[in-house]
Amino acid sequence: MKRMGLFICHCGTNIADTVDVEGLAKKFTSYPGIMFSTTYKYMCSHPGQELISKSIKEHKLDGVIVAACSPTLHEMTFRKVTRTSGVNPYQCEIANIREQCSWVHTDRVKATEKAERIIRSIIEKVRLNEDLQPIKVDVTRKALVIGGGIAGIQAALDIADSGYPVVLVEMKSSIGGHMAQLSETFPTLDCSQCILTPKMVEVASHPNIELLTYSEVKKIDGYVGNFTVTIEAKAKGIDWELCTGCGKCSEVCPVSVPSEFERGLGKRSAIYTTFPQAVPNKPVIDSESCLKIKTGGCGLCEKECDVGAINFSREFTYREEEVGAVVVATGYELYPILNISEYGGGEFEDVIDGLAFERLLSASGPTGGEIKRPSDGKVVEDIVFIQCAGSRDPEKHKPYCSRICCMYSTKQAMLFKHKVHHGQPYIFYIDIRSGGKGYEEFVERAQREDGVIYIRGKVSKLYRDNDKVKIVGVDTILNKPVEIEADLVVLAMAIIPSPGTEELTNILKVQTDENGFLQEIHPKLRPLESTTAGFYFAGCAQAPKDIPDAVSQASGTAVKVVSLFSGDYLQLEPTIATVDEDVCSGCRICISVCPYQAREFDEKKGIVRVNEALCESCGACVAACPSGASDQKNLTDKQISTMATAIIKEDEDG
Amino acid sequence: MNNFEPRIVCFVCKWCTYAGADLAGTSRLKHKPSTTNIRLMCSSRLSIEQIIETFREGADGVLIGGCHPGDCHYINGNYKTLKRIMLMHSILKDFGIEPHRLRLEWISANEGKRYAELIDEFIEEIRASGPLKLNEACGFSEKKIPINE
Repeated sequence: MKRMGLFICHCGTNIADTVDVEGLAKKFTSYPGIMFSTTYKYMCSHPGQELISKSIKEHKLDGVIVAACSPTLHEMTFRKVTRTSGVNPYQCEIANIREQCSWVHTDRVKATEKAERIIRSIIEKVRLNEDLQPIKVDVTRKALVIGGGIAGIQAALDIADSGYPVVLVEMKSSIGGHMAQLSETFPTLDCSQCILTPKMVEVASHPNIELLTYSEVKKIDGYVGNFTVTIEAKAKGIDWELCTGCGKCSEVCPVSVPSEFERGLGKRSAIYTTFPQAVPNKPVIDSESCLKIKTGGCGLCEKECDVGAINFSREFTYREEEVGAVVVATGYELYPILNISEYGGGEFEDVIDGLAFERLLSASGPTGGEIKRPSDGKVVEDIVFIQCAGSRDPEKHKPYCSRICCMYSTKQAMLFKHKVHHGQPYIFYIDIRSGGKGYEEFVERAQREDGVIYIRGKVSKLYRDNDKVKIVGVDTILNKPVEIEADLVVLAMAIIPSPGTEELTNILKVQTDENGFLQEIHPKLRPLESTTAGFYFAGCAQAPKDIPDAVSQASGTAVKVVSLFSGDYLQLEPTIATVDEDVCSGCRICISVCPYQAREFDEKKGIVRVNEALCESCGACVAACPSGASDQKNLTDKQISTMATAIIKEDEDG
Repeated sequence: MNNFEPRIVCFVCKWCTYAGADLAGTSRLKHKPSTTNIRLMCSSRLSIEQIIETFREGADGVLIGGCHPGDCHYINGNYKTLKRIMLMHSILKDFGIEPHRLRLEWISANEGKRYAELIDEFIEEIRASGPLKLNEACGFSEKKIPINE
C-alpha cells in the first residue's frame, strides 16, 4: 500500500486566513494511506522544502501531496524535492487550495470543507500514480524566427551568434519593421536608421541566418524540438538571384501609388523597394498596380533591366524547413485612424497618426524632413498631439494603455520644435506615463527647454475651420476651456497586434489574450514562452512595448531557444496514452480521434500503438476507446472516477 | 431560502478553464464554494461513462469546462466534447437525470470573471433543482452497482 504524506502550506496568511490548515492536517492523519500530515508557513521556501525532504525519508513516503498554490506555480518545485529525496517525481501532486479556494471564498467553514474535498481528490490520484520517466526525444537544433522587426532581428542574431542556424521569415520584402520608419528614438534622439540598419546588414550577412523575406508561414506540424514548417514565398515578379538592386526599374516605372512605408504621404512605383536602405535591397512588383500584369502593356522596367531579372512571374513557391523552436515576433500595427471618426480620422487630411508624423520628421521621408501639412504643403506652425486615441477607452475602442505614446509624442513635439523654431506644439493627455530609464527627465526637458505645452484633458470636439483644424477641449488642471487652431493634428493611435497575427496564431496553435496579443504562460515568471511548448515571443506581438524592452525580450527569448538546443535530448511529459495490447480489438476509432497522428495500426498484431514522441496527452483517444483498452498514464479512468467519488463522498460525511 | 448544498464536480481542461479558475483566484473574484475542479489535460478526456458514473456516485451537477471553439490546445478536442455532451443531453432523461444538471461551458484562460459568474449561476441553478434522486428515478436499490469491477 502506498505511504503518502500531506504537506499543507499556510502561504503566509493567504491560505491560513480562510482555510483551517491545522484542523485539516489533524483530520487527514486518520485518512487511509496518509502516514504523515503537517503544515508550514511557506512550503515553497528552503525550510519548507527541507521539511518535505526530511519527512519523505523519515516516514518512508512514496507519495507526496502538497496543498498550496496552483500547480502552474510550484508543481516543478515540489516534484524536484520529491526526486532529490529519492522518490519518483510523478508521485508528487499539488492540491490547489489557494487560487481555487482560499482566494475566492470568504466563509472559513465552507472554504475549509472545499479545501478538504480538493485534498481528498488529489490523495486519491496519488494513491494510483505510477512511477514514470520523462520521454527522451531528439531535437532539431535550428530556430525559426517569424517577423523581421527589431525584436525578430535581435532574437535571430543572438541565436545565430550562439552557433545555431536560424531561418528568419519576414512578410514584407525587407526586414526592419516599424523601427525603419522612425525618425529618431527617445530618450536619446538617436537616428533610428543609424542604429537599425547595421543590424539589418548583419542579419543578411550572418553565416548562420537564412533570410526569407516576402514570405509567410503557412503550416506547421510536429512538436517541441521537431517542427516541420511550410513557408510560402510570395511572387516577386523578379528573379532576385539575377537582380543587382540597381534601382533603374523603379525610376522608369510610370505608375505612382500611395506608399505604405510613407503611410500614404508619399508615392511609390509599381516595381519598388520598400525604402532606400532595404535589406535585401531588391525590388518586388505589386501586381495590383503593375500595368504589364494588369493590361499586358508597358514593360518599361523589363527593357531597362540590364541583367534580365524581371519576369513578371506570379508564381508562389513553397518550401519545408525542419526546426526545433519558433520565435514569434510579428510586431504591431496602429489602430486604424478611420476608426476614430470623432477626431476626424480619415476625414481631414491634416489629421494623421503617429507613424505618419515620423515620416514627416524623417530626413528620408516624403517631405525630406520638412514639416509640411499634407493638405496644402504649408509649413506647420501650431501642432496638436492627442494622446490615448483609441487606448484606455474600454467603451468605444481598446481598454489598455499602449505604453509608448506618451514618450513618442513628447519626442515628436521636441523634434518638431527643433525643426520649426517659431512653431508651438501642444499635447493633450490623460496622464503622462514616463516610466523608463531617462524617460521622466526627457519629458521634463521637453517642457523646460522646448516649451512643449501639456494640456491635461480630452479633446471634446475637432472640426475644420478654413484651412485650420479647430480643437476644443478642457484643461482639467486650470479648469478652463481651451481652443486651439492647429495646422496639423497627430493622433497617438492605440497599438494593436499586426494584421495577420490571428491567422498565424491559428496556424501555430498558440493562444492569444482578449486583445489579440500573444498569451504568455505566466505573466511574471515565464513571460517569454507560449502555453504551447517550443514557441517563444518577442516584441510588440506579446504586448505594446518600446525598443529597449523589445530588444531585451528578444535576447531573453534567444536564451530560451539556445537552452532548449543545448541539451543532448529533450524531455517530454510521460503522462501519455497507452494501449493494453491484450484488450485492443484493432477497431482503430482512436486513430481517427487523434489530432497528432500519434496512433498507428500494427498490421501484424492487429492492434494500435501509441507513438510516444507524438502523443500530446490530451486523452481524447482514451475516452473514445470502446473496449477500454486505452488509458492515460497517471490520469487513468480509475483515477478520474476515484477523484470524483472523493469529492462527492466528503460532502456526505460532512 | 433553500439550504440545500449541491454536490458539483467540474471537469476542466488544464489550458483554458483551469487557468481561468486560477485567474479568478489571482483576481480575488469571490464565488460560491460548492464546486470542486478535477484537472484534465483536455475536456475530451472525459468519456460518457465517467459522466454517468459521477451522477451515479451522487453528484447533483456536473460542469465540463473547455477552451472556446477554435482555441483548443489540442486542435479540436473541444468539438469532440461538444458532440459527446450533445449526445448525453439527448439520453440523460432516460437515466432519470434532468439534462440541465450536465453543463458544458467554454471558459478561456483570461475569463476569470466569466468563470466566477458561471460557477455561481450553475450552483444556484442546481440548488433550485434540488438533490438528484437517481435511485428513485431509476428504481435503483440502495446498494450501488459498481461499473468498474
